[in-house]
Order: sequence, then structure tokens, then C-alpha cells
Amino acid sequence: MKGGGLLRSYAVLYLLFLYAPIILLPLFAFNSGTIIAFPLRGFTTDWFAQMWGNATLRRALFNSLTIAVSASVLATCLGIFAARASTRFNFPGKGGMMGFIMLPMVLPEIIVAMSLLVVLLGAGIKLSILTVIVGHTLMCMPYAIAVLSTAFSSLDKSLEEAAYDLGETKWSAFRLITLPLVMPGIVSSLLISFTISLDEFIIAFFLAGNEPTLPTYIFSQLRFPKQIPMIMALGTVLVALSIVLLAMGEYFRRRGNARMGSSASGGLL
Amino acid sequence: MIECKDVHKYYGDYHALRGIDLTINAGEFFSLLGPSGCGKTTLLRTIAGFEDISSGAVLIDAKHMENVPANQRPTNMVFQSYAIFPHLTVAQNVAFGLRRDPRSKEEKAKLVDEALTMVGLKGYGARAAHALSGGQRQRVALARALILKPKVLLLDEPLSALDRKMREQMQVELIKLQRQVGITFVLVTHDQEEALVMSDRIAVMFDGQIAQLDGPEALYARPATRRVADFIGVMNFLPATILSEAGGIVTAEVPGLGTVELPERQISRANPDDTAPTIGFRPETMTLVIGGQTHNQPRETEATIDEVVYYGDMTYYDLRLDDGAGGKTKPVRISMRNVFGRDVQEVGTRAKLAWSPGSLVLFR
Repeated sequence: MKGGGLLRSYAVLYLLFLYAPIILLPLFAFNSGTIIAFPLRGFTTDWFAQMWGNATLRRALFNSLTIAVSASVLATCLGIFAARASTRFNFPGKGGMMGFIMLPMVLPEIIVAMSLLVVLLGAGIKLSILTVIVGHTLMCMPYAIAVLSTAFSSLDKSLEEAAYDLGETKWSAFRLITLPLVMPGIVSSLLISFTISLDEFIIAFFLAGNEPTLPTYIFSQLRFPKQIPMIMALGTVLVALSIVLLAMGEYFRRRGNARMGSSASGGLL
Repeated sequence: MIECKDVHKYYGDYHALRGIDLTINAGEFFSLLGPSGCGKTTLLRTIAGFEDISSGAVLIDAKHMENVPANQRPTNMVFQSYAIFPHLTVAQNVAFGLRRDPRSKEEKAKLVDEALTMVGLKGYGARAAHALSGGQRQRVALARALILKPKVLLLDEPLSALDRKMREQMQVELIKLQRQVGITFVLVTHDQEEALVMSDRIAVMFDGQIAQLDGPEALYARPATRRVADFIGVMNFLPATILSEAGGIVTAEVPGLGTVELPERQISRANPDDTAPTIGFRPETMTLVIGGQTHNQPRETEATIDEVVYYGDMTYYDLRLDDGAGGKTKPVRISMRNVFGRDVQEVGTRAKLAWSPGSLVLFR
């Protein structure tokens, strides 16, 4: 095919541009030199040790994990309600309502963060991890709903009816039939929300007050050249964690599809 | 067994059921037949308890069902999609309705075995439900519904997802199963052939109303309206002029067939479709006289073959009949079995059509 070579080299360049910087992270994280430049000096794991010994960083990590776990659980729980309601029932204003819930996905994050800050300060609420959790839940909701809607809409409506018809109550039909069948979607939603929250910067920066989270801590340390190798190590850990979590999310989504007898289609990834 | 009294159902402004009056007898194989959107599935779901009715009453076993939810009604349903729980095994699916049953595990396992044997799936209990074929899913759905020994089994287009061979096989199996368990079956279908094959009685529905309720033979031979006639099988229609009416016998003039005398039993008076009198007849009731073959039909009409459609076992001929005034009628369809010695005729051939006044129906 003519032009195939050109397209191929374009694809290669594109992928290189996208992933080369990320590959540099672990490269310098294990480099014994303090300056981020080639040639590499030698192999070391000192930066990882230094990272672990840093109390502020540990605090930031703890904060970030608390926020990510809370926000992902909240977003997923709320997402289950929204996804089930939007896939099972028709009610007036449904389109508009779902549109508004999904809006944070395309709204500039800085605007969301700023308006949240104005509202929270106006309401006299003290900035803390809690306010970040609220903000992150808002940001994660659209993604959670996107994943969960796929899970709920691929579910045959008559499954719950059949369980109800066979003597179960509406709640036990949901628990025994729907819940196990959308569980892969729930796990997937939890993991994706967790990942989004973990590396979210703007909202955390605006709403965390004095509390550090991982991204805001990394940003604050970039001013000190001495700290940069350690930040590289931290970045390496975060990239590895993100890849693992997203891969797990996708695995659960596909397994769910396979169990329902349908092929993996749609979805977020 | 099941009584529907003036049942109405509205979805907003849409009037889905318009006054259904219906009695289904115990042990009967009853079908609700109609095109999509006629309200047959809605009616089935109101009997099951999945839909509330707007007015009227549904009684099962002389008990009002108004405040009885679906999970407490003596009915079980086989869904169009079968609704097999994909994360459970076949045995777990079949045993699902026994979850609240106080009997011991061993007794339940025995019941499941019996139910699976009954539907021809003995030994399939440990299989994963999502790996089954369409026909097997159908059987699991049947076993799952019948294990609770309901008074009524409701079937929502249960065969529509199967291929033709499988469907015909399942039709026979369902009839046998119904005789074996003796439970009232209520079947919803849009397939007139399926309804004719399986049912003791059929309610034909159009636009949320029952157009005719009859046994299969009466429905086919004596459709109440042109619309019913058209929906069930093929029927030819020719315009008629009524000449006289005396002692219950109507004399009518039909271009192409001449003057015919029709007794009361061949006349459908409940004809809301149109007011112009129409003669109807089925394709297989008339004979195309081929190669001087004998027949025992009393009357003959000259015709021209307009179209020939060959089906292997049958041939369909579209004929234009000489209307007696030098012109021709619109094409009517005649079917002939392709038996030995009866050659398929060619388009444009002049032929004789033999028929009996006794096979005509007058709609007026």
C-alpha cells in the first residue's frame, strides 16, 4: 500500500513523543548522578530510600491515599445510583440531569476548582483533606458513571424481573443478580476514580489548605534541583501504580463482558 | 382460571389496552397473537404483575390481583430473552425460585434434577449458564419457571430467538410439556403459524383490543374481520355486490366468480374494517385444473396465469380471473401441491380454476 510507510513513521514518532518522557522517569530515578542529564552515571536506589525517609512526603502520600480511596468510593456509590437510574428508567429532565453530572469531564478544571474554592470559603468551610475529597468526587463522578453505565446498560432488564418473578424482593433481586453482574464495572470504576484522584493537581492545590498531597508536594519540590532525582523516583512509583491500576480496571471490565457473553466494546479504554 | 374484566392500560396519553375482556380456562394452552405494538405483551405483563392496570380487574383463580405483586402471584414467566442468570450454573438457575423454600438441600437437588430431566437437560446442572445455546437456555428458563409449580406459565415470544428448525421442534416439545404438567400456558406470539400449531384457543389482538377469540380452525376458516383474515395466513379478497337476502341466505355477485349463494355461517357481519362487501377465500381452497386432471369442485372459472412462484413442495399461482364482462379481476393467489404428474405451468397460460361456493367467506 502506497503511503503506508509515511503513516507508519508518523505513528512511531507520535508514540515516541508521548511515551519517551515517561521512560526518562525511571531512567533518571535509578541514575546515581544528581543532575538530570545524559550521560547516565551509574545505578542506584538511593533516591527511593531518600524518598521513603522524607516525612513530608510520607504525609503527602498518606493524604493522597486517603483522598483517593474516599473519593473513588463516594464517586462509585453515587455513580451506581445515577447509572442505574439513567439506564433503567425514563424520567423528565433525565437528559439534562445526566448532562450536568457529566459536565466536569469537559469543563476546565481550573474553573471548577476556583468556583469550588469561592463557594467553600463563602460558606465558611475550612479547607482540608475533606474539601479535596468533595472536589475529587465531583471530578471522578463522570468517569465512574461512564464505566458503570456501560456495565448497567449491557445488563438485560428482564434479569431482575425474572428474579422478582421467582419470588425475590426488589432489593434481593438487585443484590443477587444485578450486583454480581455489574461488579466488574464497580471494581473498574473504583480503580479509575482512584487513579484520577491520586494524580489530580489543580483541585488539590486550591482546596487542600496547608495539607500536602502527592502532586502538590511534587510541584513544590521542583524548585529545588537537589530534590529532583527523588521526585523522579516518586514519579516512577506513581507511573507504575497508575499502569497497574488501569490494567486491573480494564481486566475486570473485560472479564465482566466475557461473563455476560458479550464482546469487549465501548468502555473508557 | 384467569379473568380479565374491562382492562385498560395507559402509558401517559397512549392507550395500550382498550377494554380487554377475557377468560382463560384452567389447563388451557392459550395464545395472544398480534402484530408488534398491539398490546399482547403488555397484557401478559399485567397478568404477571409487572405492569399496573389503569382500570378494570385481573383475577387469577377467582382472586383479585390488584394488590398482589409479581413475586407473590401464582404465575411464572419465560422471558423473550430467557433472562438466564449468566453468573450462575444451570442448576443454580433452576433452583433460584426455591431459595425461600424450607425444604432440605437434598430435596431441592432432586427437584432440580427432575425439572432438568423434564426439559431434556439431564446432567447439564453443573454447566455455566452463559455457555449454553439458545435452545438450551430456553429449556433452562422453562425448568426454572416450572419448578415452582405455578398455576399459570406465561411465555413471552419464547421461540422468536430460535432458528426455524429449532423453533418447530420446540413447538412440539412445548405442547407435550404442557400436556404433561397440566398447567395453564399463556403464550404471546406474533407468529400466526406458531399460534395455530400450539394453541387450544387464540385471541387475535389489534390496537389494544381483541379482534377475535376462537380455536385455531375457526380462526383460520372463519375470520371475523378482513384484518384478522389478512393477519392469519393468506386470504384473497374480491369485491362483491349483494343482490338479495332471504331466509339467512345472501345472494351476491362477484366479478370473476359469478353469482354465489352464501348461508349464514359463511358470513362475517362484525366487519369494522370497511363497509363495502368483500368475498374472501384461502389460496389452498381452489384448484388450478392442470392437464385435464379431475377434481371435485362444482364450479369453474376461466383465468390467465399472471405470476408463478415455485416453493419446492408447493407452487403459488397469481391468477387474473375473467370477470364475465370482457375484463379481468386483480390477481388472486392459488397454491397447488407439486404432486406427481402436475407440471408447473408457465406465465401467460390460459387455465381453468375450479372452486366451491362453500369455501368462500363474505365480509359485510
